[in-house]
Amino acid sequence: MGILKYAPQALKNLFLPPVTTSYPAVPFEYPEGSRGHIEIDIDDCIGCGMCVRCCPCGTLSVDRIKGTWSIDRFDCIACGFCVEKCPKKCLHMAKGYQTPGGEKGSVTYTKSPEVLAAEEQKRQEAAAKAAAAKKAREEAAKKKAAEEAAAQAAGGAGAAAQAAGGAGAAAAGAPDAGKAAPAGGV
Amino acid sequence: MGKRSVIPFGPQHPVLPEPIHLDLVIEDERVIEAIPSVGFVHRGLESLVDKRDFNQMTYVAERTCGICSFQHGMGYCEAVEHIFDVDIPIRAKFLRTIWAELGRMHSHLLWLGLLADAFGYENLFYQAWRIREKVLDMIEMTTGARLIFSVNKVGGVIKDITADQLRIIDGTVTEVEAELRDLEQVFLEDSTVKSRLVGIGILTKEQAHDLGCCGPVARASGISCDMRRLGYAAYSMLDLEPVVATEGDCFARCKCRLYEVYQSVDLIRQAITKMPKEQELAVPVKGNPNGEYFMRLEQPRGEAYYYVKGSGKPFIDRLRIRTPTFANLPGLCEMLKNTELSDVGLLVVTIDPCISCTER
Repeated sequence: MGILKYAPQALKNLFLPPVTTSYPAVPFEYPEGSRGHIEIDIDDCIGCGMCVRCCPCGTLSVDRIKGTWSIDRFDCIACGFCVEKCPKKCLHMAKGYQTPGGEKGSVTYTKSPEVLAAEEQKRQEAAAKAAAAKKAREEAAKKKAAEEAAAQAAGGAGAAAQAAGGAGAAAAGAPDAGKAAPAGGV
Repeated sequence: MGKRSVIPFGPQHPVLPEPIHLDLVIEDERVIEAIPSVGFVHRGLESLVDKRDFNQMTYVAERTCGICSFQHGMGYCEAVEHIFDVDIPIRAKFLRTIWAELGRMHSHLLWLGLLADAFGYENLFYQAWRIREKVLDMIEMTTGARLIFSVNKVGGVIKDITADQLRIIDGTVTEVEAELRDLEQVFLEDSTVKSRLVGIGILTKEQAHDLGCCGPVARASGISCDMRRLGYAAYSMLDLEPVVATEGDCFARCKCRLYEVYQSVDLIRQAITKMPKEQELAVPVKGNPNGEYFMRLEQPRGEAYYYVKGSGKPFIDRLRIRTPTFANLPGLCEMLKNTELSDVGLLVVTIDPCISCTER
């Protein structure tokens, strides 16, 4: 007969400790590598925007100049694609889920003032270097042009004669055009 | 002949949390015909291919279903990998197999609990879900999440399972198997369970074949079909024999799914022993998919199709998913004929419906 088949299990359950825990009193232990939420080491971020481009739900935004990284945690699906794609490995998944909130909105992380100042200085130095390099390039170009002009002036007589000859031949080849030019001038 | 009337079943019904609507034509207490209608939770995931590139679509495809999420992601990735014509590392194939089988175990244990709940056996429901919790813990330990694994990528997998974790998995599946053996006699021998399941909603082999049923529903009717034998992931390297029953009633469907949990335990053990030790997890994939592929795979609920078509752009042209529940709905309508009204809820549960998958 198939009655009381559950009885052994029920008896066993009577003497077993409960499988559930009294949650807020006993905190929950997340396993290693739990994908709870994304965290960023903002000072290591180079603002390349790779995470913004790869995010499947478009919840991230990055400002390289201001040194900020924003995330709307209620839109994030914690897939970990940005963590995988980040070239500087400054993003990582951390334990603990997003808690409920009253309103949606982005959380913005900003780089520390020292890092920002250092980056600004670096940027200014780079800009100054670029400006200096540009100036040097322009000067070199100017110098080259002047040299070429001098070379033309020095050995230009023969070349000028040749050019004139060529022009004359061209004019002879096209007499109508040669006549038209003075007429246009008048 | 009694008086005919039509009564609605769903879209909100206590027996299952998902919205499916059935118009039941009844004569006294007997169901004459059932007319299904779905479309209450359409989310338009397939049309997201216009806005998300083929790498991002992995995460979208995975969110088609909350229970067989890993298999959806795997189906999409395998389809795209076939278009690229890349061969992923053997270890990645085995890892996919282990995760897929863990997913199947937790899906079937969930279903066993839901079945017990549907015929009013609350204790059995709790006990089945208590076992399932161990499987979920293993999944959380290895992937970092309980249901949405997010470990697949085009070209392989993202995470590895360490040797320690493999030992824990091996030990835990043995525990799960032992605990389920205790519950098995309740599911298969208890007279109250049998009185609700045996001989109810019989679907013959011919009917199951003609209506295109798949998965455990078809196997419970005697059709030996299991897409894992096509040999995707690492299944070609494992010994696998489909679990088949011949009765075609609710009891046979329960038996099939129960034995498939043991089969999954066996497959996980085989995969752990046959897996190569050290190997990279993914191969780099360059460029964009150009071509099309039809991927068929066996999900916990049955056979799913993945059609992917790309034309050399980052955004693929078409993604089409056919889920097993959609294939099993005609079978459900057939098995509902000539049953008691009180069995309708139970019969709807026995095809393991996943309406959110079906409508995507």
